Amino acid sequence: MMQKWAKVIFTFHTTTDAMAMESLCKEKNLSGRMIPVPGAITADCGLAWCAEPQMEEALLGAIKAAGIPYQGIYSLMI
Amino acid sequence: MIYFDNAATTLQKPDCVIHAVTHALTVFGNPGRGVHNPALFASRAVYEARSALAQLLHAENPSRIAFTANATQSLNIAIKGILHPGDHVITTALEHNSVLRPLYELEALGVELTVLPADNRGRVCYEDFAAAIRDNTRAIVCTHGSNLTGNLLDIGFLGALAKAHGLLFVVDAAQTAGVFPIDVQEMGIDILCFTGHKGLLGPQGTGGLYVREGVVVRPLLTGGSGVQSHSKTHPAQMPTALEAGTLNAHGLAGLNAGVRYLLETGIDTIREKEQALMRAFLDGAGQIPGITLYGDFSQKNRCPIVSLNVRDYDSSQVSDVLFSEFGIATRPGAHCAPLMHDALGTGERGAVRFSFSHYNTLEEINTAISALREIAREE
Repeated sequence: MMQKWAKVIFTFHTTTDAMAMESLCKEKNLSGRMIPVPGAITADCGLAWCAEPQMEEALLGAIKAAGIPYQGIYSLMI
Repeated sequence: MIYFDNAATTLQKPDCVIHAVTHALTVFGNPGRGVHNPALFASRAVYEARSALAQLLHAENPSRIAFTANATQSLNIAIKGILHPGDHVITTALEHNSVLRPLYELEALGVELTVLPADNRGRVCYEDFAAAIRDNTRAIVCTHGSNLTGNLLDIGFLGALAKAHGLLFVVDAAQTAGVFPIDVQEMGIDILCFTGHKGLLGPQGTGGLYVREGVVVRPLLTGGSGVQSHSKTHPAQMPTALEAGTLNAHGLAGLNAGVRYLLETGIDTIREKEQALMRAFLDGAGQIPGITLYGDFSQKNRCPIVSLNVRDYDSSQVSDVLFSEFGIATRPGAHCAPLMHDALGTGERGAVRFSFSHYNTLEEINTAISALREIAREE
């Protein structure tokens, strides 16, 4: 139950930006889900977008194209 | 009961608004304060409401919309958040107390205030705005539509004037958001304040303000934000900067449904129905001997509001008779617009305001005209 897996994590300054990311991913059919920000990193907003590592490039392209501000991108074992 | 007090609160809401609020009350946690499903349901609804309003108002993006409890709160945030002692600000006699009182409060603290007059039909002289601008003028703050006469101000013209002089332009859209097309970017609006429970067809306790990118507004309140918890200062990013404390997510779910109903139905369709009802009322009421109408009815576009008096009768008594004898709900008195009443010459007795919704019918209009005819009949 507490196994760790490699993930890519996007963090945000505000809940609104996090929700914009979730909305964008739903619209673009990009996989992932909202999780609480893992303790290994710090972020302004407690919501983070978590996806499989191979999704990083697609997610980064989409978030930049949409102009959604993000705080950081992390590769983590969580 | 016939409800003609829609400028105060729209009574009849689309079914989708009622369903959205009812559903929200059964499943929502705290928006932005957790990542479990109940919290996410609430956060998503709030974001959807921002997105819908950004679309309706043509904001740059949803983060430019901050939510409040009502237009009064939005106007206090806007006015107190941009003006400093020594600044000069221009407003008009058309304003509601939610504009005037914060400005009077700041005037006592050293802000210079110019209130431009209106004539006895509630009209301003547009040349007065440019003439009032001084070296230290910081902003023009004005209503889009008078809550008493229904007269509109040309906010496109005023936005361009403000831009040409490097002024901030703050608009009170309490009566017009959801009724008239508003393009905040095209109209040069820096801050637009709205309420949710009138033309946007949402619940009371919802409202908000649009803030243009690059415009910094000092928060009126600071505190819980759900983000940057270890910082001693409130977050600077919009919309969190202006949203201290838990939002009314249950209400905002309803506001989201209301705005989406407007977007789907089309505000032009809704407004045309309301204006047709208003014109029919005007045509009928205006022909009754003893009725005095207030406002500029030569305007092609105006809020669906008609204020009037009957003979020399007290407006409160007329409104009471309308409701107690005919079941027609109107609003008498001062309507929180004291300077507008002074200009119209109705400062003492007020006026009876009829304000229409697209849910009203021509039959209801005719009933109201008949009731007025009876009240106005000479004894």
